[in-house]
Amino acid sequence: MTTVPAPRPRRWRVLRAFLRNPAGVVSLSFLILVAALALGAPHLYPDDPMEMVARPFLWPGQNPAFPLGTDSLGRDVAAGLVWGTRVSLLVGFSAMILGVTLGLAIGAVAGYFGGRVDAALVKLIEIFQTPPSFVLLIVLVAIAQPAIPTVIGAIALVTWPTIARIVRSEFRSLREKDFVMAARGLGYGHARIILSEILPNALPPVIVTASVLVATAILMESALSFLGLGDPNLVSWGSMIGGGRELLRTAWYLSAIPGFAIVLTVLALNLLGDALNDALNPRVAAER
Amino acid sequence: MVGTEPLLRIDGLTVAFPGETAVRDLSLAVEAGQTVAIVGESGSGKSMTALALMRLLPRSARITGGSARFAGRDLMALDEGAMRRVRGREIAMIFQEPMTSLNPVHTIGAQVAEVLRLHEGLGRAAARKRAIELLDLVRIADPARRVDDYPHQLSGGMRQRVMIAIAVACGPKLLIADEPTTALDVTIQAQVLDLLDRLRRDLSMGLLLITHDLGIVGQWADRVVVMYAGRKVEEGPPGALLEAPLHPYTAGLLGASPRKAEGLGYREARLAEIPGSISSARGEAGCAFAPRCRHAIASCRAAPPPPLVAHADGRMVACPVLAGSGAPS
Repeated sequence: MTTVPAPRPRRWRVLRAFLRNPAGVVSLSFLILVAALALGAPHLYPDDPMEMVARPFLWPGQNPAFPLGTDSLGRDVAAGLVWGTRVSLLVGFSAMILGVTLGLAIGAVAGYFGGRVDAALVKLIEIFQTPPSFVLLIVLVAIAQPAIPTVIGAIALVTWPTIARIVRSEFRSLREKDFVMAARGLGYGHARIILSEILPNALPPVIVTASVLVATAILMESALSFLGLGDPNLVSWGSMIGGGRELLRTAWYLSAIPGFAIVLTVLALNLLGDALNDALNPRVAAER
Repeated sequence: MVGTEPLLRIDGLTVAFPGETAVRDLSLAVEAGQTVAIVGESGSGKSMTALALMRLLPRSARITGGSARFAGRDLMALDEGAMRRVRGREIAMIFQEPMTSLNPVHTIGAQVAEVLRLHEGLGRAAARKRAIELLDLVRIADPARRVDDYPHQLSGGMRQRVMIAIAVACGPKLLIADEPTTALDVTIQAQVLDLLDRLRRDLSMGLLLITHDLGIVGQWADRVVVMYAGRKVEEGPPGALLEAPLHPYTAGLLGASPRKAEGLGYREARLAEIPGSISSARGEAGCAFAPRCRHAIASCRAAPPPPLVAHADGRMVACPVLAGSGAPS
């Protein structure tokens, strides 16, 4: 008890555990690069990516001015890819934030209070989980206007039940903990106990799922755009694949290049989720 | 103290679960600056009494009768908002498990500071300064550095000290300690109990000490209440009660505690056990202890259960067989 070594704060332990995982570091670096591309799009390609700028069907490498070639209308594929990054990341992160907020609120209330409130909210969650999520998504987008905010809202509406279920089960077990009882014994109100005592303890699995949720949202947006249900005034990875679909035999690169971008981004987000899971879970982190 | 209203007076408290009564018609009083110990084995209703006082009973439990007058109010009749202002500020509670009673994601300083910010309305800096003073008060070495430690960096005894610091932060009038030392090493136990005793005197709090350890009671309590199956079976000052227990259950508890006796050391003295288990009290019409009692006579099993009878020196006992005949042999 006398010579206690210098305390090692917990926040740094998580960061150190994360940095020791090569897959996580590579994924995070790649995602930072993708985010930089999205932010830098107006500087890299100041012109509208929908504009016809060259001869159609230039293959990648054929003309140094258009490194990734041009599509059937003579639009620059590289410009479309970079501008599409903006759409994908915007939709992915916004839908995740919206879905996580909704899921946290409903899951926390259901798990903490239990009883009739819980029963009612679980029914609500089940209503959203019963129809196949993509069918529900198409219906939601088809009813509203196909614009970016609608797509974000619709994706959040079909993904929040996942978060809500995780948060609910975390709250159900955490509310029985001694420190929650101790907090009640100190006269803390429900809001303070939910937000300050339980929520920080329930977050690790939510953070992990959130990263996967971004990937899911990007895939959903791409799928919607592929089907022509995305915002018609914006280039996105999904709409590029959709546009190149009919030319798959003659100009396969038109579908393959944006497809490759989706695969890499989604893969990076999933690996990031795994790495976060390992870093936030002390037992796994200790074994490394 | 006779004539004045005590700090806490519980009168006829009854707590029921569906199909079971955890606390039956319990009455006791705690004076300011006094330590009252509730003693009994697991399932005797002592923890339920504490939770009922805090109005923190499990959802299925109901307070079906009785009152608990504390500083001029009946705790059982307060609404939830008023009760919330009593908890932590006027009545604080320390729980049995120091290892899990602190929130693992907040520093201990933040946890002490939070209760100060809620009840005393202190600002961030003032609460932190006061938290360091409180950690010093509960004898945590180097509190200015320890304040930023997380619970997992502290030992069990240190964590219980932090729990005590949180409990006394707002200067409560009554401190309920539910088995505060059960999870700790024996050497740490004495330190923690000494600390509680010093704080009780310094802050002139009433202390309701819940324990199953009669060894603790003799040294630290001013008054002892023995509970069995939800009822008070004996009450008195610890000296007389431990010297010459009147109720066979108290005698059984004493016999089951290791101690030196008649020239024998701890190793030689034989430990007596109480046969049977507390579950035999369920559905018993008369004295709940009768199925396990060596002295039971036929009338013990007849309803109603024996009432508490006052004896000399402010003692009370609920046993017709041994009432007046002194300690059981």
